[in-house]
Amino acid sequence: MLTVSNISCVRGHKPLFAPVSFSLQAGQALHLQGDNGIGKTSLLRIICGLSLADGGEVLWNGSSLNKQHPEVVEAFRATLCYMGHQQSLKDELTAIENLLFDAQIAGRSLSYDKAMDALQKMGLKTRAHLPLRVLSQGQKRRTALARLSVTDAKLWVLDEPFVALDTHSLNSVQEALANHVQQGGMLLYTSHQAVELLQSNGHAVDVHPVQLVAA
Amino acid sequence: MMWWAYWAVVRRDVLLAWRRKSEGLSAVFFFVVVAALFPLGIGPELNVLRNIAPGVLWVGALLSSMLALQRLFEADYRDGTLEQMALSPIAMPLLIGAKMLAHWLVSGLPLVLLAPVLGLQFDLSGDALVTLTLALFLGTPILSLVGGIGAALTLGVRGGGVLLSLLVLPLFVPVLVFGAGAVEAQVSGLGAQAHLSILMAMLLPAVFFGPLACAVALRIALE
Repeated sequence: MLTVSNISCVRGHKPLFAPVSFSLQAGQALHLQGDNGIGKTSLLRIICGLSLADGGEVLWNGSSLNKQHPEVVEAFRATLCYMGHQQSLKDELTAIENLLFDAQIAGRSLSYDKAMDALQKMGLKTRAHLPLRVLSQGQKRRTALARLSVTDAKLWVLDEPFVALDTHSLNSVQEALANHVQQGGMLLYTSHQAVELLQSNGHAVDVHPVQLVAA
Repeated sequence: MMWWAYWAVVRRDVLLAWRRKSEGLSAVFFFVVVAALFPLGIGPELNVLRNIAPGVLWVGALLSSMLALQRLFEADYRDGTLEQMALSPIAMPLLIGAKMLAHWLVSGLPLVLLAPVLGLQFDLSGDALVTLTLALFLGTPILSLVGGIGAALTLGVRGGGVLLSLLVLPLFVPVLVFGAGAVEAQVSGLGAQAHLSILMAMLLPAVFFGPLACAVALRIALE
C-alpha cells in the first residue's frame, strides 16, 4: 500500500500546493487532478523518490521511503513503473531494442517474443525494427506505453499517459490500465482528459479523483 | 541479475555510439589531428620530437577525452533514461559504472590503439611505444572515471562544457605527470615500472569510487 501523508512542495520560496494526503491500495486507481503548474508532476516525482519533499512523507506498506530504510526503497523500486514526460527512448535504437534495453535497466527480464507481442498490441508490429527517429510522435509514445504491457510492476505512476494518442491506441492504453487495476495493481496517473478506464469486458473501473489545490 | 543489467547497459551504450558514429569519431580524429600537427609545426628535428612526444600525445588524449566527456550523460539526461536508472532496483552506481566502461571503450580505447601509430611520427623507439600504450591503457580509464564525476556535476548547467574543463582538467594533472613520465623514464633507461604502478594505484580507487560519486552527483542533478 502506498500512503502519501501531508506532502508539500516548495518552489522558489512559494508552496506549490496545499499539503496533500491520500493512500492507494491494491486494485485501486487514483486520478491526480489540478490546473497547469499546480505541481502534479512534482508530486509524482516526490512519490517516486526522484526529488525530495519539503514536508510530509511517503510510506510504502507502512514504512517510510527514505535513506534510513534502504531495503524498503529497494522493494518499492522493484515494484514501481514510472513514466514521466520524458519517455527514455533512443532515436537511434529500434522500437524493440528500446523495449528490451529498458526492461534490463529496470532489472526485469524480458524475452524477445514478449516484447514483440507488446508492440503488436500497440499496433507497431511492422515498425518494430525501424529506428525510432523515423517514427511519428504518436508511434514513439506508443512504443513507450508498450512498456506497460510487459512490466510486472504492481505500482504504475504515469504522467499524462493519454497525450498524443489516436483513438485506437487510446483504447488499448485504457484497457491496459483497467486490466492492471482489475488484476490487483495500483495506478496513479495525471491527465487533463476525462478518460474512462474500460476493461476488455466493457466494465469501467472505479477511479478516485485526488484534487491538488493551490496553497 | 545485477551483472546482467550491467552488461546490457554496456552493450546499449556501445551500440548507440556505433549508430551515431560521427560523435565518437570526431573526438578520435581530434586526437589524430593534434598529434599530427605538432611534428609539422616543429619541423623534422628528431631529438626535439622524441622529447616532446609523450607530453604531446598525453595532452592530446586528455583534450580529446574532454570533448567526449560532455556527451557522457547528456542524452540520457535529456530523454529521461537517467530517471529510469535512478528508479531501478539495480544499484545506480553499477549502471553508471557500465556507462563509464562503455564510454571508455568508445572514446578511450581507440586512443590507446592509435597512440603507437601516432608515436611513430615522433620517432619513438619500440620500447617507448610499448610503454606509451601501456600508460595510456592504464590512464585513459581514469580520465573517463574522474571526468564522469565532473560531467555529472555540470549536467544541465548552461555553458557546462567550459565549466567541465575547468573542473576536471586540474584533476587530470597527476595522470598526465605519471603517464608522460613513464615514457620518459623508459627512454632514459630508468624503467617505467614505478610510473605504471602509480597509474595503477590511481586507477583502482577510481574504478571503485568514481561510479559511486557519479551516482550521487547525478541524483542531485535529477532533482
